[in-house]
Amino acid sequence: MNLLEMKNVKKSFGDLQVLRDISLEVGDGEIVSIIGPSGSGKSTLLRCATLLENMDAGMLKYEDEVVAKNDPDGKAVYADRKTIKKVKSAYGLVFQQFNLFPHWNVLRNVTDAVINVQKKSRAEAEKIGKELLDKMGLIDKAEYYPYQLSGGQQQRVAIARALALNPKVLFFDEPTSALDPELTGEVLKVIKSLKELHIAMVIVTHEMAFARDISDKVIFMADGVIVEQGSAEEVFNSENERMKLFLGRYKDIL
Amino acid sequence: MPISQIILELFEGLLVSVQIFAITLLFSLPLGLVVALGRMSKNSTISGITKVYISIMRGTPLMLQLFVVYYGPYYLFNIKLNPTYRNMAVYIGFVINYAAYFAEIYRSGIQSMPVGQYEAAEILGYNKVQTFFSIIMPQVIKRILPSVTNEVITLVKDTSLAFSISVMEMFTKAKALSSSQTSMTPLIVAGVFYYVFNFIVAYLMDKAEKKLDYYK
Repeated sequence: MNLLEMKNVKKSFGDLQVLRDISLEVGDGEIVSIIGPSGSGKSTLLRCATLLENMDAGMLKYEDEVVAKNDPDGKAVYADRKTIKKVKSAYGLVFQQFNLFPHWNVLRNVTDAVINVQKKSRAEAEKIGKELLDKMGLIDKAEYYPYQLSGGQQQRVAIARALALNPKVLFFDEPTSALDPELTGEVLKVIKSLKELHIAMVIVTHEMAFARDISDKVIFMADGVIVEQGSAEEVFNSENERMKLFLGRYKDIL
Repeated sequence: MPISQIILELFEGLLVSVQIFAITLLFSLPLGLVVALGRMSKNSTISGITKVYISIMRGTPLMLQLFVVYYGPYYLFNIKLNPTYRNMAVYIGFVINYAAYFAEIYRSGIQSMPVGQYEAAEILGYNKVQTFFSIIMPQVIKRILPSVTNEVITLVKDTSLAFSISVMEMFTKAKALSSSQTSMTPLIVAGVFYYVFNFIVAYLMDKAEKKLDYYK
């Protein structure tokens, strides 16, 4: 069974149609990269999948829970709060701007939701939190505040915060776009290391080499549609003109 | 009258001023938050009413508002109130006036919060109440503290407006003593008391700001 299924998703902001007709499936433990030019709708797709935006039309399903589907008029209708609350625990999201909570130290950033949302004990939450921080190479920063960390460290905390809730699928919205190349490397390395956890990942990224190396499936989007999808090899060697145009400047370094 | 007597009498008045100050803060700070939430409500009736309320409170003199609260019940509804209603009228007048100012400060603070904080909270599964009280408000308080300090310092001096409905706070006493003794001294002593009062307030607010300096 697919972990996530999106079908014929449409989304407009005013007159601008950002997602024209997108369908996407993510299997258990599958790693999917979404690439494409800026403004192609990648982030909007992720925001629809994570319910930060409501789609205008289309179907959204996590495992066997239907979150939204079209009514007879072809407009997306969302499920009741209970269903939504339930599916929300199935996924996490890592933001481009990290969005850590600046007034909490690193450990509290990672553990607070475990305690106050998942209602686990503080001891258990701290055990989970410390293990994850250790994995991220940040155990010595547990008492630091976000402003005392580099961007790369902050993003690793954000990844730990998402993982602490034990999601089945983790979304990344351009996780390295706010970082310089040096810090990008350390964050990508961490994301790669998550492969062994066998959680599904959906990654919107401009890091082509990274997308090629890590992904089970690569999706190339342009102008609100999926132009090409398949294995990394298939997509990066595609003869599609739009794809070739986009990859033009990456080709040499790949 | 010896100066020690003047100081003693004014000190009694100061206690009344401090009481007005403390009660005003105690009630107007939480009420201001409620008003701010009303002002930002998606319900246009609620946001409309609070908008008019804030506009009136900020657009008319506090002294006039005190008159309306004190004499209003009699002139408007022919309700005869006990003279001790004076103190209550001062509290009510100050609280509803300051709540309006605090509401606008809260609103500016809340609206300055980056949307990413709300989105991160939503993704992590916090409900709206948790998000507001444990993630948004602590950061808002840090942001608005300097503006709140300004307002609080103004409040110290504004307590003297209770003079207008003859509440025996420090300024009322100073004015009476000055007349009866035909002397400037009571007014000068009152001035010193106000200054010291505000000096302490400013010091405490500065402490509070420093305390919140542990993050950026």
